[in-house]
Amino acid sequence: MVEQVFRAVPDMAAVAPATSRASGLVGPSGPRPRRTFSRRNIFIYGTLFVVAIYYLLPLYVMVVTSLKGMPEIRLGNIFSPPVEITFEPWVKAWSTACTGLNCDGLSRGFWNSVRITVPSVFLSIAIASVNGYALANWRFKGAEIFFTVLVVGAFIPYQVMLYPVVIVLREIGLYGSLWGLVLVHTIFGMPILTLLFRNYFASLPEELFKAARVDGAGFWTIYLRIMLPMSLPIFVVAVILQVTGIWNDFLFGVVYTKPDTYPMTVQLNNIVNAVQGVKEYNVNMAATLLTGLVPLVIYFVSGKLFVRGIAAGAVKG
Amino acid sequence: MTSVVVKDVSLSFGAYDVLKQLNLDVPEGEFLVLLGPSGCGKSTLLNCIAGLLDVSDGQIFIKGKNVTWEEPKDRGIGMVFQSYALYPQMTVEGNLSFGLKTAGMARDEISTRVARASEILQIEPLLKRKPAALSGGQRQRVAIGRALVRDVDVFLFDEPLSNLDAKLRSELRVEIKRLHQKLANTMIYVTHDQIEAMTLADRIAVMKGGVIQQLDAPQVIYNKPVNRFVAGFLGSPGMNFLDGEVEGGAVPAFGIAGTKIPLDRYGFDHVAAPGKAVLGIRPEHVALGDAASTMPFSAEIGVELVEPMGSDTLVWTKLGGQSFAFRVEAERHISRGDRLCIGFDPARASLFDGQSGKRI
Amino acid sequence: MTPMHAGRPFRLFRNLNAKIASIPMILTALVIFVGGTAWTVFYSFTNSKLLPRASFVGFDQYERLWATPRWLVAVENLAIYGVCTLVFSLVIGFLLAALMDQKIRFENTFRTIFLYPFALSFIVTGLAWQWILNPNFGIQQVVRNLGWESFTFDPLYNADIVIYGILIAGLWQGTGLIMCLMLAGLRGIDGDIWKAARVDGIPTWKTYVFIVIPMMRPVLVTTLVIIASGIVKVYDLVVAQTSGGPGIASEVPAKYVYNYMFLAQNLGQGFAASTMMLLSVVIVVVPWAYLEFGGKRRHG
Repeated sequence: MVEQVFRAVPDMAAVAPATSRASGLVGPSGPRPRRTFSRRNIFIYGTLFVVAIYYLLPLYVMVVTSLKGMPEIRLGNIFSPPVEITFEPWVKAWSTACTGLNCDGLSRGFWNSVRITVPSVFLSIAIASVNGYALANWRFKGAEIFFTVLVVGAFIPYQVMLYPVVIVLREIGLYGSLWGLVLVHTIFGMPILTLLFRNYFASLPEELFKAARVDGAGFWTIYLRIMLPMSLPIFVVAVILQVTGIWNDFLFGVVYTKPDTYPMTVQLNNIVNAVQGVKEYNVNMAATLLTGLVPLVIYFVSGKLFVRGIAAGAVKG
Repeated sequence: MTSVVVKDVSLSFGAYDVLKQLNLDVPEGEFLVLLGPSGCGKSTLLNCIAGLLDVSDGQIFIKGKNVTWEEPKDRGIGMVFQSYALYPQMTVEGNLSFGLKTAGMARDEISTRVARASEILQIEPLLKRKPAALSGGQRQRVAIGRALVRDVDVFLFDEPLSNLDAKLRSELRVEIKRLHQKLANTMIYVTHDQIEAMTLADRIAVMKGGVIQQLDAPQVIYNKPVNRFVAGFLGSPGMNFLDGEVEGGAVPAFGIAGTKIPLDRYGFDHVAAPGKAVLGIRPEHVALGDAASTMPFSAEIGVELVEPMGSDTLVWTKLGGQSFAFRVEAERHISRGDRLCIGFDPARASLFDGQSGKRI
Repeated sequence: MTPMHAGRPFRLFRNLNAKIASIPMILTALVIFVGGTAWTVFYSFTNSKLLPRASFVGFDQYERLWATPRWLVAVENLAIYGVCTLVFSLVIGFLLAALMDQKIRFENTFRTIFLYPFALSFIVTGLAWQWILNPNFGIQQVVRNLGWESFTFDPLYNADIVIYGILIAGLWQGTGLIMCLMLAGLRGIDGDIWKAARVDGIPTWKTYVFIVIPMMRPVLVTTLVIIASGIVKVYDLVVAQTSGGPGIASEVPAKYVYNYMFLAQNLGQGFAASTMMLLSVVIVVVPWAYLEFGGKRRHG
């Protein structure tokens, strides 16, 4: 039932290629009065331009602040470009900024996040894709019931399940460790990923699966030899979705890890919102940008696929 | 020897019965066509034989072996699908050899078989190509080849020509028939296209609602349909159906709105009780002009509509107040409003019970 | 032919690989989602403090919850934040999408700009806006430097309006996605509708209001569910931007739950508060599910 909600998601691909709809209509035979600066156009582009500035402003402010020295920040205006560009805040944010006890900068959080994200992405996608494949092609009695529970479960606020998961992790001895957090990300990524893969595999022609069975291929052979090679785009979408989602996670990081193993977002928050010490805004902004860098790079590199990925992930909350 | 036996097979999805206590015996080397409208269960039956669907009840035997719960690969079948179902990331050669490799066959044997199949189907030049680079006809040939390399006793075809355009369809149809003559394998072929069924089949099983309505040679099915559904499903343009009543008496007759059609020459299946009935006459069994007057039944009618089809012409009229069509040669010039004499031999007609629709 | 009865194989082992592959899903669904939720609801009726203890106190935790000013502030904040987010992101998202749908040039550039904040975490978003709204250096100071000495814009330091400061950041982060969803919805509408409306001489705005928007119902529903499920979970943004301050002025339920469970060592309160969150989701989702799927047959 809930899957109806997600149905609009694949449509996101339609966003990308613009202006094809009325192309059949244009193509006037004679010279046509062109009014580039019509009131309508001024209104449209003007509005979009102003809104674009509003969206870009925070990024701009972060960048310029992170390149200024503290004296310049105290005197100047947050919007003015740096008079003297310095990269010292970036260096400091990376290697010596303090979080309570230790002063080895964000680098530790960065590497923690890498050590959390890589296995989480791998594990969650491996499990969910095989599961989605089983649901789409090897239906067995009761599978749909569990799947419905899983998808409906995606709507339960995480706060409700926080503590039971603590108990489970403690029982299996993973509480506070990176692997515990990896498991948590795998669990909570499962509804949306399973749905994503199930719907994708179900959209592939069923006869292909039947042909492979007649050819004598079993569960794993069909998955590895037939389905995987046909599904690269959806795997890319899933990777994008998971990398950004896990990298940006804060709640699970703060609940299930210890200061030693805090992911980057948690460490960033601790650096910037530290109560003691003098506030170094330039270092804070450099640290903030560093943390946002990974998802931003993914965003700008992957473009269209990112739109699909986050649209699917938005449902996760 | 029987090749495929389907015994009391039932299949239901929840409360919906797709196949009902179905029985079917296919002798070795026969070309059997399962024909019916969409949703009649023909593809489902084929999938059950292939082992791609688990039956709810009943048994399936192939070559005398009970395969009801065997995996598809262990049943000795090859299958060809409507959408070709070629593995897109593999070359034609890869597609042909995938099943053999999965079964762990030796390299030499694989290449021998691939070479033989590609020779039979004349797809040797395509072996290194990917399916995306092939035309529809070539793709279907490769799909057939994939079944061929398996060297099996039974071939299953699931509407293999439905995705092709009309011209290619008739070409490949001939090719499949040639293949059958050459290999003499058992073939079970699902289609909704009556021309494919008529041209290819040794026997046709006409299905509806999960039940086989009639299983017989194409000519028998065409000329002596067991019920109104089978009569209406085969033939294009379709059979004319006239509602009327069977009248008893010394000479049985069929009465419609004052017209009487004598039935003394009609081969009754059993003695007909008087009552409501439907008389079916194929448009090509109607004679015109002089030929009509020699027929046991003739009448004068007015032409309402003329449909020239090229090879022949279909003329629409009314008989006993009911819509009636017949076929004439294309050379004949007939136009709207003409009054003509038509006639037919009731021996070639079919009479169905008005209630049950069964042949009388 | 001998009708040897190869019996039906044992059911559990048929399709075994698929069942093995589904074990993680089954465990997650049963242990974490169903079991965990039931466990939390169950223990919300106990007076667990540092550790969960099964000593029942009935509805005491809920009575205490609704008598705690901090919770009331949290609920009020969530209500304001929720309603405003819903209204503003739908309106802004739709207007932007409608503008983007006018066959404009640089569409890709504009979309990239509107959507990039969504790639950033709430922590990054919150910290960025914390800096911009900083009264000593941010917008307020810039305007004052321009001559308006009495200009005041310090939402994060004013208990009365702090939630709107958070709202600004939240909208900045999320409206791009809503715009994209709406745009997909607009693009999904048959182009012939526009041609028909033009031939009939219906003004553009009327076409939008009376024809296009009603046709976008499925997309709107999806969008609504996405926005709503995001609202209940709002947590990181508040932590980063204000840490719930000034005082408790920007507290939200999710933060309340975390504080009581992991900082104040009052598990019972945390469980009761999270159960209330669950209840609010149920109140939103169940009627929607009923309207959307009630009476209709499910089909796979």
